[in-house]
Amino acid sequence: MAVLLLAEVDNGALNMDATAKSVTAAAKLGDVTILCAGERCADAGKEAATIKGVAKVLVAEDPLYGHRLAEPTAALLAHLAADYDHIVAPATTDAKNILPRVAALLDVMVITDVSGVVDADTFERPIYAGNAIQTVKSKDAKKVVSIRTSTFEAAETGGDAPVETVATAAAPGLSEWVEDHVAESDRPDLTSAGVVVSGGRGVGSEDDFALIEKLADKLGAAVGASRAAVDSGFAPNDWQVGQTGKVVAPDLYVAIGISGAIQHLAGMKDSKVIVAINKDEEAPIFQVADYGLVMDLFEAVPEMTEKV
Amino acid sequence: MKILVPVKRVIDYNVKVRVKGDGSGVDLANVKMSMNPFDEIAVEQAIRMKEAGNADEIVVVSIGVKQSQETLRTALAMGADRAILIVAADDVHTDIEPLAVAKLLKAVIDEEQPGLVLCGKQAIDNDMNATGQMLSALLGWSQATFASKIDIDGDHALVKREVDGGMQSIRVKMPAVISVDLRLNEPRYASLPNIMKAKKKPLDEKTAADYGVDVSPRLEIVKTAEPAERKAGIIVESVDQLVEKLRNEAGVI
Ligand SMILES: Cc1cc2nc3c(=O)[nH]c(=O)nc-3n(C[C@H](O)[C@H](O)[C@H](O)COP(=O)(O)OP(=O)(O)OC[C@H]3O[C@@H](n4cnc5c(N)ncnc54)[C@H](O)[C@@H]3O)c2cc1C
Ligand SMILES: Cc1cc2nc3c(=O)[nH]c(=O)nc-3n(C[C@H](O)[C@H](O)[C@H](O)COP(=O)(O)OP(=O)(O)OC[C@H]3O[C@@H](n4cnc5c(N)ncnc54)[C@H](O)[C@@H]3O)c2cc1C
Repeated sequence: MAVLLLAEVDNGALNMDATAKSVTAAAKLGDVTILCAGERCADAGKEAATIKGVAKVLVAEDPLYGHRLAEPTAALLAHLAADYDHIVAPATTDAKNILPRVAALLDVMVITDVSGVVDADTFERPIYAGNAIQTVKSKDAKKVVSIRTSTFEAAETGGDAPVETVATAAAPGLSEWVEDHVAESDRPDLTSAGVVVSGGRGVGSEDDFALIEKLADKLGAAVGASRAAVDSGFAPNDWQVGQTGKVVAPDLYVAIGISGAIQHLAGMKDSKVIVAINKDEEAPIFQVADYGLVMDLFEAVPEMTEKV
Repeated sequence: MKILVPVKRVIDYNVKVRVKGDGSGVDLANVKMSMNPFDEIAVEQAIRMKEAGNADEIVVVSIGVKQSQETLRTALAMGADRAILIVAADDVHTDIEPLAVAKLLKAVIDEEQPGLVLCGKQAIDNDMNATGQMLSALLGWSQATFASKIDIDGDHALVKREVDGGMQSIRVKMPAVISVDLRLNEPRYASLPNIMKAKKKPLDEKTAADYGVDVSPRLEIVKTAEPAERKAGIIVESVDQLVEKLRNEAGVI
């Protein structure tokens, strides 16, 4: 079986973590060819070629692919699809935008957010905010699959796959990029961090969210948030963890002032160790926590920041 | 401009789902069903665009079991003008895949010729996050997913999207399919008089066969299982004890 894997490339840079984790899943399906598409992505292609288990890397450089707009990137994948049995990508917002479009162009069903590969046709995926795990078997000739990266280990590097350039597909000319609003941060990336410290509505204000950030910085952690904290303007949207935000599975997840709604749990309950700090001993978050501390966060968090 | 909004009937987001003992799926008998929360946001957006003079008619469409007409009535009570129900299943446990839903919606759109489709970014039951993108591909239209702000500018729409790195703004040519995210707006509740009025608004009932679309699934459900349970944790008494446990027992700091 031949697999085409769309690498996560942002502004010319390869997202090694997401791509290498998807390679682990894709390698169970067959020989993996990675596609790097971008305005400039030759370096990303070279880096992707070092991932072990990759047979070949294709590089498609064109301004058309610069901002990963769905229409041109989907057209490129559909154009290349003839040679492959599986089209795969990490389930990032880019791939969630692009892959269903590819599947419809190929008249096949997309299989999103796959958390387990059973065989070349059969996949496990969480449904109902992770309250059930469904095993589905595809009857389609080609499978278009996005991978929930938090459940796969990253493939190792040290490989040396050949890199080729590919011709680009025609421009659909339907949409144009205007601007990105991206906050620069020195903190680790939320989806790949070993430790995540998240704040919820209990934190109370944007100013007080600094308490969460200080603890995170002391632990070398990424910062997360509940939807309520994001909706209330305490934290930016890209920090949201949950069913409709990011899915994380760090070694340590610290939930502070978060009640533990199922939609939040959907994004973090596969973390190895979960700590909950909440002043309400009845809060459902304690049901998934390995260590619970029933305490006012305004006391507990500064003390913890000092002591770790 | 006419706006078309597909709305899906799903298990209410407050209901704790139960996996059936025989692994055949999730128990949906006698549980509360509601409009998919993202679709409420899409309906609200369409109503606001109509109120602002950017649209003149809102058509809502649902595909599934006959009971989906309750969902359509809710949308009509919020302020949609007209509804189309496509009955494609008799059992509440059968649900139609995004590819088939997209094909049916395309058939409706070929007849209705809307200038914009507003859908939810994902349905909270299957969390597929696929229908809008698939529909857009079948129509050959532009797409803008995960919208948290939409401005119509002549024959283009300026859309601010929630993405992994933060936000991205794009400009798409109309007609377009736009899928909406949580922070686009806060949907209104339907008032009692509007609920009464909605009963008289037109609701057309069709079947999948009327559109000649084959809805048989491409994905066979092999089984549905409970996720692995976490083992019970402990309550610590102090920050000192917490830090000690994390350091010496869990070894994570
Ligand atoms: C379609 C849909 C999708 C959703 N997706 C997501 C998602 O992706 N992610 C997500 O997080 N949510 C999501 N939600 C929202 C979710 O249902 C909850 O509303 C949300 O997670 C609640 O956030 P919270 O726990 O911060 O707030 P609350 O539920 O209000 O909890 C606040 C907690 O803080 C505690 N607290 C208050 N003050 C203090 C103090 N001084 N010290 C200690 N503790 C304190 C309280 O005891 C309480 O437990 C979604 C909802 C819907 C309908
Ligand atoms: C109870 C249950 C039983 C199932 N049984 C089967 C089965 O027997 N065989 C099988 O192959 N699959 C089955 N499935 C899976 C199902 O076919 C699809 O995979 C899944 O429902 C589609 O994903 P989604 O609804 O999350 O769509 P998404 O792509 O996440 O939905 C996005 C948006 O598209 C629109 N939309 C989606 N569906 C509709 C609709 N029906 N009407 C109007 N608008 C819509 C809405 O605006 C929605 O917000 C079942 C699912 C459920 C919930």
